[in-house]
Amino acid sequence: MSLATVQPLATHAEDALHPYQVVGDAIPASLTGKPGDPARGRAIVANRQNTCLLCHSGPFPEERHQGNLSPSLQGAGARWTAAELRLRMVDASRLNPATIMPSYYQVEGLTRVAGAWRGKPILSAEQIEDVVSYLSTLRD
Amino acid sequence: MKAARGTQRLALGVLLAALATLCSAAEIPLSERRSGYADLGRETKAMQDDDTANPGMLSVLEGEELWKTKSGTEVKACADCHGDARASMKGVAARYPAFDASRGRPVNLEQRINICQAERQQAKPSAYESKELLALTAFVAMQSRGEPIAPPDDARLTPFREAGRQLFFRRQGQLNLGCNQCHDDNWSKRLAGNLIPQAHPTGYPIYRLEWQSIGSLQRRLRNCMTGLRAQPYEFGAPENVDMELYLMWRARGLPVETPAVRP
Ligand code: HEC
Ligand code: HEC
Ligand code: HEC
Repeated sequence: MSLATVQPLATHAEDALHPYQVVGDAIPASLTGKPGDPARGRAIVANRQNTCLLCHSGPFPEERHQGNLSPSLQGAGARWTAAELRLRMVDASRLNPATIMPSYYQVEGLTRVAGAWRGKPILSAEQIEDVVSYLSTLRD
Repeated sequence: MKAARGTQRLALGVLLAALATLCSAAEIPLSERRSGYADLGRETKAMQDDDTANPGMLSVLEGEELWKTKSGTEVKACADCHGDARASMKGVAARYPAFDASRGRPVNLEQRINICQAERQQAKPSAYESKELLALTAFVAMQSRGEPIAPPDDARLTPFREAGRQLFFRRQGQLNLGCNQCHDDNWSKRLAGNLIPQAHPTGYPIYRLEWQSIGSLQRRLRNCMTGLRAQPYEFGAPENVDMELYLMWRARGLPVETPAVRP
């Protein structure tokens, strides 16, 4: 389904972004070359600023306001491998061009981005890795 | 050669699938259209319904005073030319933005009032989002309360409304979302704590609890754009007026509620 099957080894090398390789429906290698930190990842996902909980709910009893525009993050680590979660976070639109989930590690093809955010991905490579490692712990 | 053709066909397939999803993103059927009022909590509804509790009424009353106040080098009040607003302004807000021949494009209600200030009163036009302009707009718009939104059947408006529609469906900002993806496709769902309304401009200017003040439709549009981390258009910008035009057409038939209360 994904475009990656057309170009199995597409390489991205946007200026500010670390290069990564999409293989099938996944990005097998860490964007930073290092594993992320699940505790930091949990804090990133739970922080309203990072937008996940606008759309998703999840195991965050301390957060009163969670969205219902998309599946709960509960169990995401059982449904997907870390490599699959990484592509989902980096560029969900590769998996589903009509998705409403933003591409968190992408600066191309956007329209009228406000000054403070222009040219920057929503999350840094380190943050993506932290989130991936946290999501992988959500096994039930 | 063969492989290349296969790739082309696959690319075409992906493109067609993308187009199909775009086209299926349908506008809300008229029978399902409903004002943001429907989603309000009981207390907020009660606040809107009771003129003595509705904080937007303060602005309306201020507008009523301004309506009678002489101004500009013409030393004329709105009332000197328009008389009793209850009669002369009834239904006006329900059909704005309207085409302004001398400007060759649509103007919204605020701009129309500004034109009278500048050209008829020979006064300094009130700044966008100023207390005075909000008050006059709220007072004029309240004269249409209960009237169905009735966009003018004016072919000159069509290209501008279409431009507004394009903006509504355009993905934008760092979050890369179109207005339609929330307001057509996901209305009544929760964006964190907030219920997503259908985005009908039925009650503007509104008293917004989050603002702790009354504000214009364009302020609300700018809020949503900022939320998408997009650069909002300036107050009075043609893009904002085009969007108003599309939103009013999209809300045709729904009653005007000015001054509405929203969370
Ligand atoms: C604007 C809404 C929106 C935001 C914001 C959003 N997502 Fe999503 N997400 C979705 C939707 C919708 C899906 C369902 C699949 C699809 O449409 O792509 C999804 C799917 C997922 C999935 C796969 C779910 C499963 O198990 O099937 C994960 C994991 C995920 N999102 C994580 C995140 C994280 C982490 C964030 C914040 C960094 C985030 N999302 C922000 C809308 C959103
Ligand atoms: C000197 C007379 C005069 C004064 C004073 C005046 N107007 Fe007007 N106004 C007009 C005329 C004439 C029109 C319609 C013709 C036109 O397009 O200019 C009009 C049109 C309008 C319209 C549009 C009505 C419609 O049916 O589309 C609004 C709203 C309006 N005026 C509000 C105001 C307000 C508010 C004030 C006071 C701040 C004001 N006017 C002061 C003469 C005046
Ligand atoms: C991510 C989802 C989302 C997107 C995209 C979005 N909005 Fe909104 N919009 C909301 C929410 C949520 C509210 C209600 C806010 C509240 O209750 O505090 C709202 C409110 C509104 C309202 C007020 C409706 C009323 O009842 O007064 C209008 C008008 C509106 N949006 C227009 C737009 C326009 C135009 C765009 C595109 C530039 C847009 N929105 C994009 C979520 C969104």
